[in-house]
Amino acid sequence: MSPIQEPFADGVSLAHRLDPRGKIVVAGLFAVSVAVAQTYATALAGLALALVCLALARLPLKKVGARLLVVNAFIFFLWFILPLTYPGDAVWQFGPFTVSRQGLLYTGLITLKSNTIVIALIALIATAPVNTLGQALQRLRLPDKLCHLLLFTYRYLHVLELEFQRLVQALKIRGFHPGTNLHTYRTYAYLAAMLLVHSCDRADSVYRAMLCRGFHGKFYSLRIFSWQPRDRVFGAVSLLALAALLYLEWRGAGPL
Amino acid sequence: MSEPLIELQDITFSYPGAATPVFQDFNFQLLPGKHIGLIGPNGCGKTTLLHLIMGLLKPQAGKIVIFGQEVSKEKDFVAVRQKVGLLFQNPDDQLFCPTVLEDVAFGPLNQGKAPAEAIRIARETMAKLELEGFEDRVTYKLSGGEKKLVSLATVLAMQPQLLLLDEPTTGLDTDTKHRLVHLLQDLDIGYMIVSHEDAFLHHTVGECCHVHGHCCQPA
Repeated sequence: MSPIQEPFADGVSLAHRLDPRGKIVVAGLFAVSVAVAQTYATALAGLALALVCLALARLPLKKVGARLLVVNAFIFFLWFILPLTYPGDAVWQFGPFTVSRQGLLYTGLITLKSNTIVIALIALIATAPVNTLGQALQRLRLPDKLCHLLLFTYRYLHVLELEFQRLVQALKIRGFHPGTNLHTYRTYAYLAAMLLVHSCDRADSVYRAMLCRGFHGKFYSLRIFSWQPRDRVFGAVSLLALAALLYLEWRGAGPL
Repeated sequence: MSEPLIELQDITFSYPGAATPVFQDFNFQLLPGKHIGLIGPNGCGKTTLLHLIMGLLKPQAGKIVIFGQEVSKEKDFVAVRQKVGLLFQNPDDQLFCPTVLEDVAFGPLNQGKAPAEAIRIARETMAKLELEGFEDRVTYKLSGGEKKLVSLATVLAMQPQLLLLDEPTTGLDTDTKHRLVHLLQDLDIGYMIVSHEDAFLHHTVGECCHVHGHCCQPA
């Protein structure tokens, strides 16, 4: 079992076949454009674009919905706080609480923008395996260290998880029952410390094994990314769409 | 008598904080074409010996000569690692690329081979180990035995002139052990094996040596 599930990475849709480098750049620019948008027009247009991408990726909608639910669980709390604390015209009053119109609009905009960005990221970024993304980032000239960090984190999360499970099993077979007492806290502290020590050792051993195979600070990638005509079309259409978003934003500028 | 492939002279080594050194004025020789098994109780320094040879650990005193060249600095050992392959005890230490093919090609790429050439070498090596079809398997999802064989492939892909194997049979089933025995018998390079399995050593090496603190004596 993999620690990071990648339910969307496999597929043959257009979104899966696009060059990951193009997808990363477009998704990044799109996310920033939507994130800074101040008007509903821009956010809604962005949502429409994101939905088009999602349709192109032909992902199982049920799973996409499950992901969005996680995001909206966080946003859910905003609905309790922002409308009550944002200054503006009162629409509703009960006791000491005032719900402001601006607060409601603002929270709605945040909800809309977050969902839009997550949908776009699912359609464009989650449709490539993490390994491919790491290599694509490397090709985009991101600092090697950052790319290695991503790839190694992904690779060794599983090893650490196994290590953790081994330690937990060792606790269990000796009859450990967690409770609210010092013994439990001490045991958990040992567990965390041991995991840290093991991880350090593992990192050391891996580095040694890499040295033995001639590693000298540089990774070579076997993957050959090819920039196809469809990537050119995708890039051009995306740039036009982004320009349209910016135009919408510029026309309707001004907060709410 | 021909020149030894590996010669350790008066090596002293102790782990930081340890009361007694692992090696004290330790001497050891590996002659060309020899296949040696290293045996001894746990903690007697078998793995340490292999790591000293690869330059992963540095002795506090003594001289290491490999292929007739004295090696002491990191730079010297970089050259050694191009010619000597080490199979680690724990394959999880050895495999770190996402897919098997990438991991096997990692060494050849570091040696400066072009990607196409590296892939060719990787595929050939894997074919030798009957690992065809494993190219796109994800390394951490392999079984224990498969990991071990893939680790061996990653080492052999560098076409070493000498092979050091640290407990290669742990976790292998009887069939896979037999495959490993045949494989080693067919290799035309020298190798040293650390193992606790007499039967395995009996089939793969000419002589066994007991590792002690001062020397390595024929058992």
